[in-house]
Amino acid sequence: MEEALSLVTATLAATLRVATPLVLCAMGGLFSEKSGILDVGLEGKMLMAAFFAAATASLTGSAWMGVGAAILAAEVLALLHGFACITHRGNQVVSGIAINILAMGLTVVLGAAWFGRGGQTPPLTGTERLNPIFFPVAGDNILVYGALLAVPFTWWLIARTRFGLRLRAVGEVPLAVDAAGISVSWLRYRAVLLCGLFAGLAGAYLSIAQNAGFSRDMTAGQGFIALAAIIFGRWRPVPAFGACLAFGLLDAIAIRLQGVRLPGVGEVPVQLIQAMPYLLTLFLLAGFIGRTVAPKAAGVPYEKEP
Amino acid sequence: MSALRRPLPGWVEIGLLPLANIALAFLVVSVIVAIIGVDPLHALRLLVLGALGSSESIGYTLYYATNFIFTGLAVAVAFHAGLFNIGGEGQAYIGGLGCGLAVLALDRYLPGLLMIPLAILASAAFGAAWAAIPAWMQAWRGSHIVITTIMFNFVASALMVYLMVNVLIAPGSMTPQSRGFGASAQVPSMQAALQWIGIAVAPSALNLSLLLALLSCVGVWIFLWHTPWGYGLRTMGHNPEAALYAGTNLKRTTMLAMCLSGALAGGVAVNELLGVHHRLVLDFAAGYGFTGIAVALMGRGHPLGIVLAALLFGALQQGGAELAFESPRITREMVVVIQGLVILFSGALVHLPRPWLQALFARRG
Repeated sequence: MEEALSLVTATLAATLRVATPLVLCAMGGLFSEKSGILDVGLEGKMLMAAFFAAATASLTGSAWMGVGAAILAAEVLALLHGFACITHRGNQVVSGIAINILAMGLTVVLGAAWFGRGGQTPPLTGTERLNPIFFPVAGDNILVYGALLAVPFTWWLIARTRFGLRLRAVGEVPLAVDAAGISVSWLRYRAVLLCGLFAGLAGAYLSIAQNAGFSRDMTAGQGFIALAAIIFGRWRPVPAFGACLAFGLLDAIAIRLQGVRLPGVGEVPVQLIQAMPYLLTLFLLAGFIGRTVAPKAAGVPYEKEP
Repeated sequence: MSALRRPLPGWVEIGLLPLANIALAFLVVSVIVAIIGVDPLHALRLLVLGALGSSESIGYTLYYATNFIFTGLAVAVAFHAGLFNIGGEGQAYIGGLGCGLAVLALDRYLPGLLMIPLAILASAAFGAAWAAIPAWMQAWRGSHIVITTIMFNFVASALMVYLMVNVLIAPGSMTPQSRGFGASAQVPSMQAALQWIGIAVAPSALNLSLLLALLSCVGVWIFLWHTPWGYGLRTMGHNPEAALYAGTNLKRTTMLAMCLSGALAGGVAVNELLGVHHRLVLDFAAGYGFTGIAVALMGRGHPLGIVLAALLFGALQQGGAELAFESPRITREMVVVIQGLVILFSGALVHLPRPWLQALFARRG
């Protein structure tokens, strides 16, 4: 019994550890997508943030400087996305992909030039990392609690404030927002910046809290899983949070099930469990599990009448 | 706003604007190179020499370009139909599965003249099948094709790892790769082919798949601009309602465009597996699918433009490898940075230099 209990708590703690960057990223993506700006570039923003967090923490010896640098790096990419998609009305998907590829290359190029470790940053220790607060084994660093707080914050901001109302409106019918005399561009820029803030925190979590340093491509598709969680949560913060937890649980189970034979089923391929978030999202998108309702204006650049 | 609407002369639109986009991308690249502490001009010299300096390096440049032509065409065909296929990566990968299965099953029984066309068809068919699922989801269930093709890339990757590690691995092999293909399933290298007609070149990975890629360009050109199906496909891309009114079956055209796109992506498997590796390996398509987006954007969706863009990216890939070898402060990933910047400047920020060119060239009145 005691063994089973400790297994459950260990799995729950692992779920929370894995879900934290997904939650932060998904909340960021929600702001952007709610405002009508698709964000395929979550992955790239997170990766760039992870690199600058570890690089800065390693050079300054302070984890908090790392967090600051992570946010800054993600915001630069967020502004780039905004500049391309809002100011120049470029294709939002193309811009997102460009940001992903740019981040994939730039983190290794800069890392190799600055640290000479094939794209890795030096291992971080002590105050260079964000360390657990109450339970050293569980890894409950401040960003885990940050992610848990980010969900009610996002819900409150989107559902209960004037800004949130306008944000939702601009993602559905931007013309109406414009006609009411509110700037579509400024609203969307604020949404994109909020997205950068959360993606930056997610990146910092990966490299200076969950791991002790940056390694190449360390996001490994988590930005896309966060995107899947947004879709799964039908663009609402609390269900999206649930989806992140479910995907995190799948990951935690995948690690435990490695090489284990289940009675009646045999050995479940780890790859199948790893592909589950994508497969589930595909089933959802195909309309087999309810319907999805994306913001109507998402992906459509807004052209102001002259 | 009115300045944006003023038309540019045709040669500026087709010739100068893409060049201005590339120039901006390379301006940013040279800033990054300078930040790293390398003289950009020196780096450029190394890169050009590495890509075009010898017949061996030209061979490798053309070999990379072959992959980029396939994936560039794949993105372009879907794009003409108004569909954004980001799944070229996964379609090429699954195309490789079809190619590998066909060869592993039949290479002991069939001569090369049957085996190779069959393997090419299998690559195309599997690539097309992998694209058909998101196409069906888009056409009948209204799922966003960008999102679904992204997900299918990850699913393809997981599926291939599972199959390679558990099913297709050669007995007794430590690394996840299949047994080697028989001689009848190997596309001749360009060096061997040219030697046969009396021309001597240095050996490289370049093989006759390049001809298949160029044939595909001609085929795509004829299909898109000289057949009723291509006409319907392009009409759908420009204005779905007009296409519907003109009698185009939108669902069937979506399937057609995506399947053709996936089949073209499968060409990467021909070049990589039948031409170079001669066995089924992991991650042979890595990165080519995404670069195809850059190639298609830069080539403005036209086969001729795609060939030129593929040559540029092939040269960058090969030259970048040589540059990384010669200059220890620069790694191979510099090429990835350049690709990202090209996608940014000739894709998302394509209109950035327009006002400047308009100030110079716009027709008055």
